[in-house]
Amino acid sequence: MTTVAPPAAPAVTRTPDGVGEAARRPDGIAKVRGDFAFSSDLRHDRMVWGATVRSPHVHARIVTVEVDEALAMPGVRAVLTAVDVPGVNRFGLEQRDQPVLADDVVRYAGEPVAVVAADDPETARRAVERVRVTYEPLPALTDPEIALSGDGPPLHEGGNLVRHLRIRRGAPRAGAAVVVTGEYEVGMQDQAFLGPESCLALPAADGGVELHCSTQWLHVDQEQLAACLALPPDRVRLTLAGVGGAFGGREDLSVQAHACLLALRTGRPARMVYGREESFVGHVHRHPARMRYEHGADADGRLLYVKADILLDGGAYASTSHAVAGNAGCFAVGPYEVPSVEIDCRAVYTNNPPCGAMRGFGAVQVCFGYESQMDKLAAAVGIDPVEVRLRNAVATGSMMATGQRIEGPAPVAELLRRVEEMPLPPSLPASGGADVRLLPGGVANTTHGEGVRRGVGYGVSVKNICKSGGYDDFGTARVRVGVAGDEIVASVHTAAAEVGQGLVTVQAQIVRTELEIPSVVVLPADTAVGDAGTSSASRQTWMSGGAVRQACVAVRGRLLDRAATALAEPVTGLRLAGGRIVSDRSGQSVDLRDLLAVEDVDETAVFRHRTTEPLDPETGQGDAHVAYAFAAHRAVVDVDVELGLVRVVEVACAQDVGKAINPPAVEGQMHGGIAQGVGLAVMEEIKVRDGRILNPSFTDYLIPTTMDMPSTRLDILELPRADSPYGLTGVGEPPLLSAPAAIAAAIRAATGREVPRIPVTPDALTS
Amino acid sequence: MRVGLEVDGKARTADDVEVGESLLFLLRERLGLPGSKNACEQGECGSCTVYLDDEAVCACLVAAGQADGRRVVTVAGLSGDDGLHPVQQAFLDAGAVQCGFCTPGLVVAVHDLLRRTPDPGDAEIREALAGNLCRCTGYEKIFDAVRAAAR
Repeated sequence: MTTVAPPAAPAVTRTPDGVGEAARRPDGIAKVRGDFAFSSDLRHDRMVWGATVRSPHVHARIVTVEVDEALAMPGVRAVLTAVDVPGVNRFGLEQRDQPVLADDVVRYAGEPVAVVAADDPETARRAVERVRVTYEPLPALTDPEIALSGDGPPLHEGGNLVRHLRIRRGAPRAGAAVVVTGEYEVGMQDQAFLGPESCLALPAADGGVELHCSTQWLHVDQEQLAACLALPPDRVRLTLAGVGGAFGGREDLSVQAHACLLALRTGRPARMVYGREESFVGHVHRHPARMRYEHGADADGRLLYVKADILLDGGAYASTSHAVAGNAGCFAVGPYEVPSVEIDCRAVYTNNPPCGAMRGFGAVQVCFGYESQMDKLAAAVGIDPVEVRLRNAVATGSMMATGQRIEGPAPVAELLRRVEEMPLPPSLPASGGADVRLLPGGVANTTHGEGVRRGVGYGVSVKNICKSGGYDDFGTARVRVGVAGDEIVASVHTAAAEVGQGLVTVQAQIVRTELEIPSVVVLPADTAVGDAGTSSASRQTWMSGGAVRQACVAVRGRLLDRAATALAEPVTGLRLAGGRIVSDRSGQSVDLRDLLAVEDVDETAVFRHRTTEPLDPETGQGDAHVAYAFAAHRAVVDVDVELGLVRVVEVACAQDVGKAINPPAVEGQMHGGIAQGVGLAVMEEIKVRDGRILNPSFTDYLIPTTMDMPSTRLDILELPRADSPYGLTGVGEPPLLSAPAAIAAAIRAATGREVPRIPVTPDALTS
Repeated sequence: MRVGLEVDGKARTADDVEVGESLLFLLRERLGLPGSKNACEQGECGSCTVYLDDEAVCACLVAAGQADGRRVVTVAGLSGDDGLHPVQQAFLDAGAVQCGFCTPGLVVAVHDLLRRTPDPGDAEIREALAGNLCRCTGYEKIFDAVRAAAR
């Protein structure tokens, strides 16, 4: 059932800085001047600084928490523990299982136990050290296999299994001429956004709180905070502060509840800013995955069955593990036609750092698994890796593992051909003498080309766009048109989070296109307007863009009504044209300024995509997804096979975006997604030993620098969808999905090694 | 201790500066000038790059006391009242700004690169900016901005 029928993709007429144009970011000037206020830049007279007392244990019972010594320090204004949480001391996106402040047990190293407020940050830091917590250590459960087996201690009521998704379709496997099996592992990646977790909470006169914070979803924060603070939601008002990157890491609460508690207790504005180490501990990470695959195919390499067993380590709390496991399961076979599937995907609790949302959301991990298998299958059959993918690629009308037919464009084969046909980068000079900066090891000058082998690898991927499984997903937007001075100005108000992706730009572009008003103001996102949903799942341009467009349509209707009255003509036959409303019938026209002289026009619209359904709990079958997006990658690497050093030389990506609302912003998403894929492939991993993070800094957690990033080639397809605004498809996640798989394949091609784990380390290539 | 310095052409003083405080903290928290950003505070990401006298440095690695009597130029000091510096304009034109947290530090680093090397090659650009992390852009459009500003 369709709640609101989105208009079919029309031919969009070109409007200056409208849809399809390279419109500039409205926040760009402030950002290049250093004037833009990120959440860590906020300050207030009389503010106090918050700091967090964190557990040094991975699993322990809290015996006592003594705060008197800390509270007695000059300049300390509050020290709060679990007993000071006025409402429900639990939060969480899917299950409210995570304490605001640990009350009984701590389940991971770094879990917040108390918060302090002081007049300056140094005093707050010292006060943290004076909070005396006595712990009784408990056995730690840090191996997800043991968590699954049930041999470890149960970390939550109901045991350690967060979700087991079973997907079964087709007849049992039989008659496969070729069978390939493999075990694969993906390490724990971090979002590593640059802007640290931070916020400013202001106590309000009505007993509520006003919170300025960086987040991906204001309303879901508001709902969780209201329950924790025992306040009605309308007394917890949130405004989006400048967000320094998100990538899924800001879906969960971090500083928000703590700062609100401190503001309400002290009656003063409370500011919290994490340092980098605390940021690494204080947000969820990408789920590490262990995967077992078996692919059966006929002698030509056509898939007959896939059996997959996937285990995700969700860490100490559920966060989004349920949905991540859903995605990993649903996309475990990739964008391939498979008659018979047997998929088991499980997420478990452990005492490791909590894992949740990160760009790609479960689909990244399995892509490395299924694409590794496709390469293995190609080798076993004796055909080209691209050819094996082409023979099995889904197309429109194909059935996914969940039994859902693909209704929209599914240009997997074309995307693959496009990356394959792109020119390859020049080879290294055969005689040596290459610029050492272009060799593995780079300026470390470890090689002059001896022992360096080049490899080329491919990957394709699929990802759901928007929220799945029957979730009531919607976006709200308010558009107001009025006259300021002599100029017509439109304003857009949504609660949608701009996290760097360019949403503020596209909102204005849509208004310009729909109303032909050049001057558009995008108001700050806050909870004074209806819910926009989350800036994740590659959905925000689709959902909030759709809502803005619908609000514009309503505004235009109101303007036409007014014009009809003013011109004494029927509405039909009237149209908007460059600041006037024109009658095609009579040739009469009226200036919008005259229509708006008495009163602005103001309309709010709610946009919904088509409804989906939950998967069948026994078979995992069902129309759970709104839409699918596809990307293909080709990677070229040079590997020093003696030292195990890898240089990614080039990554090419072809992606179908439906309609590029802002082409340079789409390119920016593709470049950035590829960079995170390069990171996951060869360098980025949170190292966890016995539940503790060993590398919580930018010195030790390596993200690609300008020296690590390869050159990129992009090819953007625009195959319009019938069911989305302007035909667009979400673009945020696909550029990352198959990049690691393609790079791993290229390393395999260069070295002849199996490469069963990413990130690929020098050790793994030399041992 | 009292620290007196010039920031973006204006004389500034801060009292009660602690020995261990960084120039970044002094700028952001004592002087209320948040143009330089606080991403790692370990000299790894370059988000806080400023000029100290004429040298581009990570403000997080400079003790506040070391800046006493010296001249600091932040990203805010690069643009005059008459508009943006060509490097800033190039970042806008190239679409090199996404979340923008790395941008102030990168603008200063690129300014410094072009001051030293007016027409850098691709390898020189990559090498010069290796100390500035960006998590959003994949750097490609930042390279475009450098090439555009060099023209």
